[in-house]
Amino acid sequence: MTTADEHNGGPVVLDVRELRVHYETPTGDVVAVADIDFTLRKGETLGLVGESGCGKSTAAMGILRLVQPPGRIVTGKVLLEGVDLLGLSSERLRQLRWTKVSLIPQGAMNSLNPVMRVRDQIADAIRTHQDRRGNAALRARVMELLRMVGLSGRVARMYPHELSGGMKQRVCIAMAIALSPTVIIADESTSALDVVVQRVVAQTLLKVKENLGMSMIMIGHDMGLMAQVVDRIAVMYAGNIVEIAPVHGIFAEPMHPYAQMLIESIPSLRERKPLKVTEGITHDPRNPPPGCIFQLRCPYVMDRCRTERPLLLERKAEHVVACHLYDPAEGE
Amino acid sequence: MGRFNVWDTPWLNPKLIIGAAMVAMIILLGLLGRVFWDADLAFVATSPLSQPPPGFTNLRGETGTWAHPLGTENAGRDMLALMIVGAPNSLWVGFVAASIGMGVGIVLGFSAGYVGGRLDDVIRLMTDVTVTIPALLVLIVIQSVVREISLTDMALLISLFTWPGPTRLIRAQVLSMKESGYVQMARLSGTPTTRIMFQEMMPNLLPYLAASFIGNAAGAIIAAIGLEVLGLGPQRVPTLGVTIYFALESAAILRGMWWWWGLPTAILAFIFVALLLINLGLDEVANPRLRRAQQ
Amino acid sequence: MTLQKVSEPAMSAPMLEIRDATKVYTLGGGMFGARSQMVALEDFSLTVADRPATITTIAGESGSGKTTLAKLVLGFTPLTSGQIVFEGQDLATMNRRQLKEYRRNVQAVFQDPFGVFNPFYRVEHVFGLIMRSFRLASSKRQARELIEGALNAVGLYGADVLRKYPHQLSGGQRQRIMMARAYLLRPKLIVADEPVSMVDASLRAAILDVMLRMRDEQGISFLYITHDLSTAYQIGDQIYVLYQGSVAECGETTKVIDGPRHPYVQLLVDSVPEPDPNQKWGGDIELPEDEEMAGSTVVGCRFYPRCPHRMEHCLTRHPPLYHVNETDHRASCYLYDPDVTVEQPRAGGS
Repeated sequence: MTTADEHNGGPVVLDVRELRVHYETPTGDVVAVADIDFTLRKGETLGLVGESGCGKSTAAMGILRLVQPPGRIVTGKVLLEGVDLLGLSSERLRQLRWTKVSLIPQGAMNSLNPVMRVRDQIADAIRTHQDRRGNAALRARVMELLRMVGLSGRVARMYPHELSGGMKQRVCIAMAIALSPTVIIADESTSALDVVVQRVVAQTLLKVKENLGMSMIMIGHDMGLMAQVVDRIAVMYAGNIVEIAPVHGIFAEPMHPYAQMLIESIPSLRERKPLKVTEGITHDPRNPPPGCIFQLRCPYVMDRCRTERPLLLERKAEHVVACHLYDPAEGE
Repeated sequence: MGRFNVWDTPWLNPKLIIGAAMVAMIILLGLLGRVFWDADLAFVATSPLSQPPPGFTNLRGETGTWAHPLGTENAGRDMLALMIVGAPNSLWVGFVAASIGMGVGIVLGFSAGYVGGRLDDVIRLMTDVTVTIPALLVLIVIQSVVREISLTDMALLISLFTWPGPTRLIRAQVLSMKESGYVQMARLSGTPTTRIMFQEMMPNLLPYLAASFIGNAAGAIIAAIGLEVLGLGPQRVPTLGVTIYFALESAAILRGMWWWWGLPTAILAFIFVALLLINLGLDEVANPRLRRAQQ
Repeated sequence: MTLQKVSEPAMSAPMLEIRDATKVYTLGGGMFGARSQMVALEDFSLTVADRPATITTIAGESGSGKTTLAKLVLGFTPLTSGQIVFEGQDLATMNRRQLKEYRRNVQAVFQDPFGVFNPFYRVEHVFGLIMRSFRLASSKRQARELIEGALNAVGLYGADVLRKYPHQLSGGQRQRIMMARAYLLRPKLIVADEPVSMVDASLRAAILDVMLRMRDEQGISFLYITHDLSTAYQIGDQIYVLYQGSVAECGETTKVIDGPRHPYVQLLVDSVPEPDPNQKWGGDIELPEDEEMAGSTVVGCRFYPRCPHRMEHCLTRHPPLYHVNETDHRASCYLYDPDVTVEQPRAGGS
């Protein structure tokens, strides 16, 4: 359990405890998310980083209880302002979704309804989750939302295909913040965008978050972008969170070997370095090795790593890592 | 998801298997039936008239015998023999018309989709015009002028109208496949055009082709039945539709001879359910999202 | 690796010469509708020398024309005007045999490592195609040896991958197989269109490393088309930055990215997220919406609406490439025209 987080900063708004999600296959369960723990404070941005297939999107779906068969949430608690989302009735959860916690899913901009105007889609999102406004109030709110994400009023009457990628993504952001949720989860919100547009969208997300006092979980694989945008980073590998630290801390001194590998492999724009070649996930997702999940790729693997699963423990101030290397008994 | 074992292939889904089995049953009926039953009994004046199936009585008070397990009709044709000869005949019409439609569709569809340009415009025009022609009407007119028509000729005539569907389908698929990565790779590899069409594109078209073929066959069978029931079918050849025609002509319903019009109808229903199941089964192969999630 | 000063004659005969290539797409219409034109690429010129092998980066965002350039060089679409000349032969006038020879010498690696495999066949099918077309081997055994050699060169083993179906392999493996396929042909030039953008970050280095080794050990040149300046910086020798169909800046990669001169390239370099939390982006930037939605139809420099240094003169006609110093570092911007007096930046400039 990450105890460090409760000491600093604002109150904890989201507390995920031992969340586990499995996917059923004919030959056994694939462990998509393996007992992850993390917290999110009010007003902070947490980056959830990992390569594709590591389970970060599944974790997001798990938090919102949107996991579909053949996936299923096995165990866990997701405490949103003290209320366990996983224990609620479907009706109550539906009321909380979008009003308290909302999601910008991966590929959202391609999932906009092509035959509805932008204003109708945003209005739809509002009405579905809170159907109390009259038409005039609804329209005003839509315009206000568009303004908040930096789009002009003209966009309201347009269809998605008339918009560029960056504009579509900002429409998705507008939909997600429509009911002023406490927590917003953005899954790969800038992945398919050009560099300059990516900057605009990322900055929009930050601005909106600041203005509305929301907390945000930003899921992605671009460490460079994370460095620019988030306050803390959680690194995920094959369903496990292996390190959580403030962004300065993790870039200055990444502790987990996988985090080190990730940071080293970022191509730099400052100097030419010889390329560091590494392999991808090597274990069978249906049959994870006992002990540390990273043992097959770790350059520092020890005997203990093959049998005993390392716990996520605080090794420095606010810096937690799941690795036996930092156990004082080992003396590495 | 990988293929976990060879039996896990999407082609072995229940709908497809059952549908195919049903069609196989009809074909077997035709093949084996001729061996175990005298097919000549399907012709006129070979049997006692208007006999009901065993256990039933007709309006004249005669009870059926096992000599004619499905009864006979009023011209002396044995019903079982009629089914044995007629059911496969209906399938035959469907098969011929659909095959020709598919063949023409492949040639025109590939040309229009891959070559494009003027050729595409011309083929599209021809297709669009043919689709708007009321097929049944034209067939009725043609066949009422031509006095005597054979089964295969009727199938050929119906083929005049079965080619636009496959042509459009194949053209659309070819257009989208042309932009795909693997076709571009094949071009970059110096692969000649015909090879690209048949080796690269065709295998990925198979589920669509199969579904189109089945749909076309069903449509052709319906058209044939329609013509036959109106009396425009091959009169000398026993088919299901012609049997129904004679039954209606002779007021079989009024005379309580339910086995005369009922049996061909039942078999037709059986054939169509079979074709529908095959179509649904092929849909599952072509569209993975329809497959039931493995439990 | 030697640079060519523009004033000196070429070190060796150019392998590929693109001269003033222009591609215009006509969109819309039908028999009676109005048609509009879109200029995808305009007056683009580039030379790739035969020796030494180089990696030339074509960098640009979406709408810059880089994908169009790839299609033109690969012969998938014809030019509207201009020429593409390979070893002295104009691409447009090649007969079938010459075109096949061209295909032998100019190959490609594409962005999507899944779409390039025909899902109906096992992975070995892609090798079978080139084996047959170009008759690379005289016997089955020789073919197997060649394929194994190519796979080993990219860090794979035939026994692991050849008999698998595309969906059973990872993106990184698939992309490496594509590189092995290109390697097998020993082409002179490989057009790599975003080869790593759909591959995981940790595997990108492996693919880029293969490209470097192919350049150094096999003498294969690359046209590396990408939007990612960081990878371009790591492996590119020369760079051409495209903006809406024209070259904004070109020159030696490290020089252009270390010291960009064109305002667009400056904005681009500035916007690449630096993986150092102590060095954040400068400030918020805005994007005018017309800019976002459609290519600007402004006469003159296309970057005008967003340029902080724009001047009246910029609207007269599209700026040609000016040298910014003595090397071949050039920028398409009137700021570097020695005859134009630079106006003070406007107060309202974005």
